[in-house]
Amino acid sequence: MTRKRARLRRIAIGGAAWAVALWVFFPILWMVLTGFKTEPDAISTPPHLIFHPTLSSYREVFARETYWHFALNSVAISVLASIAAILLSIPAAYAMAFLPGRRTRGTLLWMLSTRMLPPVGVLVPIYLLARGMGLLDSRTGLVVIYTLTNLPIMVWMLYTFFREVPIPILEAGRMDGATRWQEITQVLLPLALPGIASTGLLSMILCWNEAFWSLNLTSSAAAPLPTFIASFSSPEGLFFAKLSAASTLAVAPILVFGWLSQKQLVRGLTFGAVK
Amino acid sequence: MVHSTTLRACLKMWAGERERNVVKRPACVFEHRSGAALSAVSIEAQETRVGSPPARIFKQTLRRWAGLSMLVLGAGPAHAAGTLTIATVNNADMVVMKQLSGEFEKSHPDIHLNWVTLEENVLRQRVTTDIATRSGQFDILTIGNYEVPIWAKQGWLAALSPDAAYDADDILPSVRAGLTVDGKLYALPFYAESVMTYYRKDLFAKAGLTMPDAPTYDQIRTFADKITDKGNQIYGLCLRGKPGWGENMAYVTSLVNTFGGQWFDMAWRPMLESAEWKAALTWYVTALKAGGPPGATSNGFNENLALFGSGHCGMWVDSTVAGGLLFDPAQSHVAGTVGFAAAPLGPYGKGPTWLWSWNLAIPASSSHTADAQLFITWATSKEYVRLVAKTHGWVAVPAGTRLSTYDSPEYQKAAPFASFVHTAIDRADPNGPTKQPRPYGGAQFVAIPQFQAIGTQVGQIVAASLSGQTSVEQALATAQASVTRTVRQSGLMR
Amino acid sequence: MDQAAGRIPVAAAPVGRPSRARRTGGALLLSPAVILLLVWSLVPLAMTLWYSVRRYNLVDPTQVGFAGLGNYWYLLTDPDFLTALLNTAILVGGVLVITVGLGTLLAVLFDQSFPGRGIARVLVISPFFVMPTVSALLWKNLMLHPIYGVYSAMMRAVGLTPVDWLSRYPLATLVMIVSWEWLPFAILILLTAIQSLDAEQKEAARMDGAGPLAQFRYIILPHLSRAITVVIMIETIFLLAVFAEISVTTAGGPGVASTNLAFLIYSRALLQFDVGGASAGGVVAIVIANIVAAFLLRAVARNLEA
Repeated sequence: MTRKRARLRRIAIGGAAWAVALWVFFPILWMVLTGFKTEPDAISTPPHLIFHPTLSSYREVFARETYWHFALNSVAISVLASIAAILLSIPAAYAMAFLPGRRTRGTLLWMLSTRMLPPVGVLVPIYLLARGMGLLDSRTGLVVIYTLTNLPIMVWMLYTFFREVPIPILEAGRMDGATRWQEITQVLLPLALPGIASTGLLSMILCWNEAFWSLNLTSSAAAPLPTFIASFSSPEGLFFAKLSAASTLAVAPILVFGWLSQKQLVRGLTFGAVK
Repeated sequence: MVHSTTLRACLKMWAGERERNVVKRPACVFEHRSGAALSAVSIEAQETRVGSPPARIFKQTLRRWAGLSMLVLGAGPAHAAGTLTIATVNNADMVVMKQLSGEFEKSHPDIHLNWVTLEENVLRQRVTTDIATRSGQFDILTIGNYEVPIWAKQGWLAALSPDAAYDADDILPSVRAGLTVDGKLYALPFYAESVMTYYRKDLFAKAGLTMPDAPTYDQIRTFADKITDKGNQIYGLCLRGKPGWGENMAYVTSLVNTFGGQWFDMAWRPMLESAEWKAALTWYVTALKAGGPPGATSNGFNENLALFGSGHCGMWVDSTVAGGLLFDPAQSHVAGTVGFAAAPLGPYGKGPTWLWSWNLAIPASSSHTADAQLFITWATSKEYVRLVAKTHGWVAVPAGTRLSTYDSPEYQKAAPFASFVHTAIDRADPNGPTKQPRPYGGAQFVAIPQFQAIGTQVGQIVAASLSGQTSVEQALATAQASVTRTVRQSGLMR
Repeated sequence: MDQAAGRIPVAAAPVGRPSRARRTGGALLLSPAVILLLVWSLVPLAMTLWYSVRRYNLVDPTQVGFAGLGNYWYLLTDPDFLTALLNTAILVGGVLVITVGLGTLLAVLFDQSFPGRGIARVLVISPFFVMPTVSALLWKNLMLHPIYGVYSAMMRAVGLTPVDWLSRYPLATLVMIVSWEWLPFAILILLTAIQSLDAEQKEAARMDGAGPLAQFRYIILPHLSRAITVVIMIETIFLLAVFAEISVTTAGGPGVASTNLAFLIYSRALLQFDVGGASAGGVVAIVIANIVAAFLLRAVARNLEA
């Protein structure tokens, strides 16, 4: 009796969960499908669920823009900005977690508040600064900006992870004569690695999806994928299929990366901020 | 593109010079082929010491860091010798230009083209920021006839002197006039457009209607009501509703002109609360509500093109450039049944209609002026038109720029609307009189720098009225107040 | 926070103040991040303050000189400004309520065991990886378009008239789209938090006869409070600056129905090229961001220090 009820419950829960999952995922699925339609198919009403898949939209997208150039820029910028931000935030988070002073909390809050400014409010100053330093349309410029915009969140995340590291372990290391460098690199970092990894993953995702600075500060040489998308949104003529194909191309790498790394992301988060 | 080994060597050298505080052009800078312009590989090393000491140190540190990471990243902003960076809009004709530009590179092997293709809004903001701050990221800009005279007067554009072979006299006079300031050409037209009425002959035949050659707005409204069939998703009338000075305000301005209204009187007092504006806007809102597609406030030119092309519109009043796309069976479901007529007339029946051109221009700050001019004369030449005709068919050639295109029998055959468009452009009369005298030029825009601001604001207000949020009277009162604020702030009106 | 038994014992933050030498060391380690962020926030801020009292229009070089507080006056007396403030509050508040509320329920749901749970979880967090520009384009063109959209087709299929979402209910639709982007993030964080809840504890509560609702109310929810604060804080940071979604779907309209503060500043800066006015808007936005930050972060800090 109860067994049967438990089974029914499991089915109900599974059904509900799958319905939600499919409903949330549906727009992405539809985008991928539309990318394989012809333009007239893409806007036919009612929409065709069954159609002849074609690669023509993809062919046209590849013929028009050098996708790999944009994708490589996205990868390079996201990876480098994430590494730079991690390297900067480890010492800061260490100091906050283990050497707190009177102003530690205030500093942390101030850092986070810098992240709340709408970027558009400082666009012209940043544009002029970037021009003055020759950082317009350079990957370096975007790496610097992404590092700085993500830094507060990363310091804060690492801080929560580090606080979970038992202090006695660090002290034991110090007793053995470890210098601070050794204490950080050989004791703390291995312990906090899952947390650091998930912080880095989050930073990668944020950098990849950032569209404001990338659109305004780059044009060609350093342009990442958001610029690629901007050349397919609302051109003349029918564009739904091409737009879907281009969108799929822009999203696919980070989506697959997210899927593969989601276990790691969760493992890291469990360790720190939200346990 | 620069070979990365060279780049590395150069960066090393540059870093060394920096170290010894010798700030000058690094030795590894490439000589430009003409010898006229020198371009550094990636870093503007020509710049000598500027700024106060702390600022300088900050800059130097950042640059050093920049240099370091550029080693990791490979080439930075590449402005190698002979590379032209072209900013253009992602419209169909420009996409063709990009495809065919390989031909240009073949005949000019020492010029490499670097394309930046963006949608119109993004393009405009990027290009304007770039030129106004003299950042020099682009060597060739795609800009409208709204920008050309304003920017030319500010000294932002290089004057052009195409040679005799280019045959500048072949450019349609009204188009050419819009690009000329003080007798000098500042841009070359890539394509140009006026306005006309498209309609579906099959729907008209079914409803027993005939479209006159020069319909009035009253007639358009009657036709729209008769052919609208919402159950089958046939909407009698499609018009621009998407807010923006180049979107709904282009159409509305042209509409207001033929209704006898205008933006400003001779003292720059906004006239948006006049009876003419009210009549025009009331017509627009009620007609679209009765026979327009749902979501009219998100429909710009492209959206309407897609709607008409997929058979959802009975009539559409918009740019003549749509003709080439609607008559092209590869891009349109209704290629066989499109008819066309002149733009409808309002109670006034006269006034400037519509003249827009997309042009290629060279910023005064470009260091590749000579090469850039080679490219833009190529892309706007007769030969280019013939090249497109050969590869994409005559119907797809850039329209509205050259008399020789309209003289060509092949074009007249492929594009039944050809002579019609020619007349429309000739008669657009962008600087002609409105019902009452006006202090500004421009047909479907107001040729003053402030119009982008004004058009953006009023465009939103008009869209709000179209979506039913506000009444026409309220909308016009808000618009009047908003425009008054802007012209006051800018000092046009005292 | 330490109610969960059987975990590695975690020391509270060191009680005594560290020695002077160690504090100096701490300051040294902190300095790179702090100095960079100071430069990053102060230099543009100073420039923005300067421009905000200048007459400066990119496309109109005839406008020069000192504007005093003119730019602020134009901004603050602009009726659109209040609307934008209100819209910002609705957008942030609405998305927070939806993502946290729905996120908590869905996190509990996805914590249960059911066939294919791993795949379902991956699917449900996917929207978080989609860039905002793309999700806005996707919703506007493929989902909600009143003629070609899938949702419109579904409504027609059941005999309803499709709703023109973006012009009829612009702000509500935007809240919906942005919630779709951020719901996965909330689920991810909250699910993680629930998983870290001790199975033993849940079991004990069940043994004590607590029903699912009581378990949720007295065990899960209190345990989630810290995770919820994290979600609220990170989301607020991004929601205050929502821009791409608005720019792609409604361009702030119709009228100013979906203009938030970030978009208002954008339209001043890049649609009207009025750098002076945009800078005044930027300064106001910075003040507002700091007020929000002060309130929010204090609340968050209390929860995080525990």
